[in-house]
Amino acid sequence: MRLMSEQPIAILVFSEDRDTMLELLAKSREKADETHSESSVAVLGEITEDEARELGSCGADRAYLMESQDLAVFNVEIYCNVLSQLISEVKPEVILVGGTRRGRELAPRLAERLGIGCVSECVDFEIEGKERVVKMQRIVYGGLALTTYTFNRKPALATISPSLFQKKTVKGREVKIVKVQAKLGTSKLSVAELRPKERSSRKLEAARVVVDAGRGVKKREDLKLLEELAEVLGGQVACSRPLAADKGWFSDWIGISGKKIRSDLCVTIGVSGSIQHKGGIRDSKAILAIDSNPDAPIFSMADYGVVGDLYEVVPALIQALKKRL
Amino acid sequence: MRTVVCVKYSLDVGEIRTDPSTRKPILEGVPRKINDADKNALEEAARLKQKHGGSVRIVSYGPLESGAVFNQAVAIGADEAYVVEDSLAGQLDTAATAFVLAAAIRKLGEYDLVLCGEATIDGFSSQVGPRLAERLGIPQICYARKLSVEDGYVVGERDLEDGYETVRAPMPVLVSVTMELNIPRMPTLLEVLRAKKQVHVWKLEDIGLSRERIQEISSIAPTGLQGTVMARKEKIIKDKPATDAVEMIVEKMIQDKVITPRAR
Repeated sequence: MRLMSEQPIAILVFSEDRDTMLELLAKSREKADETHSESSVAVLGEITEDEARELGSCGADRAYLMESQDLAVFNVEIYCNVLSQLISEVKPEVILVGGTRRGRELAPRLAERLGIGCVSECVDFEIEGKERVVKMQRIVYGGLALTTYTFNRKPALATISPSLFQKKTVKGREVKIVKVQAKLGTSKLSVAELRPKERSSRKLEAARVVVDAGRGVKKREDLKLLEELAEVLGGQVACSRPLAADKGWFSDWIGISGKKIRSDLCVTIGVSGSIQHKGGIRDSKAILAIDSNPDAPIFSMADYGVVGDLYEVVPALIQALKKRL
Repeated sequence: MRTVVCVKYSLDVGEIRTDPSTRKPILEGVPRKINDADKNALEEAARLKQKHGGSVRIVSYGPLESGAVFNQAVAIGADEAYVVEDSLAGQLDTAATAFVLAAAIRKLGEYDLVLCGEATIDGFSSQVGPRLAERLGIPQICYARKLSVEDGYVVGERDLEDGYETVRAPMPVLVSVTMELNIPRMPTLLEVLRAKKQVHVWKLEDIGLSRERIQEISSIAPTGLQGTVMARKEKIIKDKPATDAVEMIVEKMIQDKVITPRAR
């Protein structure tokens, strides 16, 4: 591989999830422009010509394509093998990996292979001064603080949560396609089965109003009540981790280990408010909490709260809202 | 089955308070506890041992004097704990932690399975598991919500955004587990007291490392901390009938322009 370009490659983006890849390219474009350098992307597996062109309009100067059929299924070891070879050749300063669960297990393995640092769920970064020192920010302690990390060597690696940034398209911007051969290597890991989850077509991260169900909601049928509330408010229903991961009522959950919402209003129902869950709703502009336990930690981060039985409070709330909205 | 479980004595983030004047978290004197998901890893190790025989050993990289609490972890289902005590523990990045854990695991000798929690409650980076697997040169199965061992293979079901993925890997393998995997047992006080003798404390030198070496491995350092807690209104209504309470709240939310009433 001889892949060095004339301008320094500041940023290399990778995500196995196409939407996330395009979101990260928007951020990569912005930072590349700021630092007079190139934004690039690594694509594993086969893509169409239209898809390749879209990489350019979404912010890539250069796209490294590795078009092997063996890359169609995500295997963390094979992906790590291929990406580490590419990175050693391209020598980017910053690598952004989409923070899906697959991305979050790939990035640290890749960082370890390359002997570099990694910031999980980075929210912003800078390439500073003549020395081009990389600094990255991350939310810590369940949302209590923002920490800045300084890298003492490069490349600097980060994972970035899906939907944190928005895809930006500039029509007609071109991308230079570079086809790359890399050794796939072997993996002892084999994927036997993927049982798909039903996924909501609506993006929770973009919802203006979220009705957030917690363990206080006893039966699956009771979600109808929450759906009704969401309808009155023009929002959508989501849940805390136990209702999704334990009970399987939803395909995903809100929290540090799941989705982070940024709604105008979040109505928590029967949510006690573990630090992990609070980390997922802290960016909501307003929070209304309904729970029977007056000491539930959720009330300490609520703007509005009603202490009471959700099976009495929610129907009353629906009625009150219907009268006024 | 020779299982090694990685356990962290984490900051109990739920107990962190913020300084109202600076809005920064107060990190002095925060209590610690055995990391939540690591208890699930310990429980699973105990169940696997019951089924397949073998041993369960804990390794940890923790602050000075932290070894003393590891009898609690041993009592959940391990034979022994090896705690590398060092004042730098928790101060460096995940590369340093994985480096120390790998050295400790190698010192223990051969193993079939390395278990860890999917994330720690304080750092929440989910990095140490994959980094450790890479350093040990073994496959990784992350976010396992189900786990079984058959004919030298570990089969795990992973909870991913788009589905449940079943993967297989021959041992030795590293598995990171979710809290849905099992319900960790609560050992009795007697079991906890008895486990005291099973805790061994190591220094970095005991596993062939030095502070200089692990500082070299570490490549990022925190250089700034900013409080981010939003001031909330905390208008909480209690001891009122539901209909009165919601009327008050709806009125307040309209006043604050959180919701917009229909024009009359």
